[in-house]
Amino acid sequence: MGFYTMKIAVLVKQVPGTESPLPIQSNQNWVDEGAVAYVMNESDNYALEEALQIREANDEGEVVAVSLGPDRSQKVIREALAKGADRGIHIQLDTAGMIDPLVTASYFADTFKDENFDLIFTGLQSDDLGMGQTGIILGELLGMSTASMAMATEVGGGKIKVKRELEAGWFQWVSLSLPASVSIQSGLNVPRYPSLKGIMGAKKKEIKVVTPSVANQSQSVEKVYVPQSDKQTVMIEGSVEQIVGKLVETFRNEIKVL
Amino acid sequence: MDILIVLEDSNGKIHRMGLESIVGAQKMAEELGLSIGALVMGANVDLLAEEASGLNVGEVLKVENELLSTYSADGYAETVKQVIEQENPTYVIFGHTYQVRDYAPKVSAKLMKPFIVDNVSVTTNGGNSVFTKLMFNGKLFSDVTPTGDGPYLISFQSAAFSSEKADVGSAPVRDCTVNLDVSMIRTESEEPFQEEAGGIDLTSADIIVSVGRGIGKEGNIPLAKELAQALGGELASSRPVVDAGWLPAAHQIGSSGQSVSPKMYLALGISGAIQHVVGMKGSKNIVAINKDPEAPIFEIADYGVVGDVLEIIPKLTEGIQ
Repeated sequence: MGFYTMKIAVLVKQVPGTESPLPIQSNQNWVDEGAVAYVMNESDNYALEEALQIREANDEGEVVAVSLGPDRSQKVIREALAKGADRGIHIQLDTAGMIDPLVTASYFADTFKDENFDLIFTGLQSDDLGMGQTGIILGELLGMSTASMAMATEVGGGKIKVKRELEAGWFQWVSLSLPASVSIQSGLNVPRYPSLKGIMGAKKKEIKVVTPSVANQSQSVEKVYVPQSDKQTVMIEGSVEQIVGKLVETFRNEIKVL
Repeated sequence: MDILIVLEDSNGKIHRMGLESIVGAQKMAEELGLSIGALVMGANVDLLAEEASGLNVGEVLKVENELLSTYSADGYAETVKQVIEQENPTYVIFGHTYQVRDYAPKVSAKLMKPFIVDNVSVTTNGGNSVFTKLMFNGKLFSDVTPTGDGPYLISFQSAAFSSEKADVGSAPVRDCTVNLDVSMIRTESEEPFQEEAGGIDLTSADIIVSVGRGIGKEGNIPLAKELAQALGGELASSRPVVDAGWLPAAHQIGSSGQSVSPKMYLALGISGAIQHVVGMKGSKNIVAINKDPEAPIFEIADYGVVGDVLEIIPKLTEGIQ
């Protein structure tokens, strides 16, 4: 494989950590973001690592970490810079309750107009909204080819080959012409930790701040609320022998699988 | 038509999640007084069209084109976009399959119309549909409505509806034409493959025996395998078991694995983290065994046992045999 100068954008999003509290605002429109502990979205971390590995394998090129959100979002850009991204772009906007991927992707598309990226990598989906569309819509808006759920990538010859995850344990290699926007599945590589040198160096790297005007959403949240379970669970108790006896009886007479 | 259901080919049959989405569309049609139609597309979709015409879907639209002989995001997105422009539906309904996730966002971008994804239910409020989806990794529900004019693209999560409830009917089949050009398709696909010999389709299993971190160690996996065999079921797992390398990824159930709705899901030592639950909550009967009485899996279980899986599993296998 020859060497290619790839210019890669990685979309990184700040989302609530898995252990973070998620108190709902009194108007039920959104969560109280002030009480949330934020981290980098899990699959974005893999997307970043994949981009860094492609740049390193090809000797030169550029990895640009881009995030949309309020001021706090700069933390995930800094984290990406510490891991090795070359520069950052912060699209500064209060995104509380903003769920529309069309609008989100449009902000990125406007920002990327003059960047001419060869590749855009996104995580498969965000751990907060879970829409799983931003990267594909962005690719479509910029006239790029697109693929989702990459479990491996190979770059060369003006193309990117992507091993797409299909359903039920099936995969498929798809070859895309560049430029391309690809969403990355968790687990395809081992994301690095930032080194001390990387953390120090990140402070000197550029983060360009862009402030877009607010656009109308094509879908909006009416209400967020905690799921209520109304399921009655039959608890099976007793000695191990009694439990086993009752389970076999349940399998046979209630669920009817024996 | 008002509601267009887009069906997907799964080895010559309608994808299960497509059948489920028909149930959702039928509910919307009834509540809102709307008409429905179903789209099948490919190079040769006679069988699919015939299967769809046996359901209460108003009419079946059939698009046949050589450029759709293998799946491509570009070809499918362009086809669906053109059919939407021809038929002008208010709602376009999909199952939230991996294929739909791959191309439907492109349709959304081409039309600049919203794609409200992965809904678990739909209700009617003042003549409009309200879609309910999980957010924040399944910890919260969110009611979402489209704004502006349609068409609105909608997908339903696996097991949001029971595919067995799809009303039967006899829908006429109509041929539709789309204009596709080979230059539109910017990708080349190779044949799909499975990572390992004897890969498993958990989505069609009636009985699933699934193990979590509570199984303790790799050496205990055969105990669960024997139980699965005794029950005539398939062995599955939660993500930590795959991450630890105790089972291959093909066995994983959950948001990053397969989504299943078997007749019985036996959860062994699975705590019930939401990433797992979204993949199995549609199961008809959930039986959970866990030593922690506070494990969230008991909230969705039909039958629960607080106890040591390692003690219970071998005796249960024996009891069944």
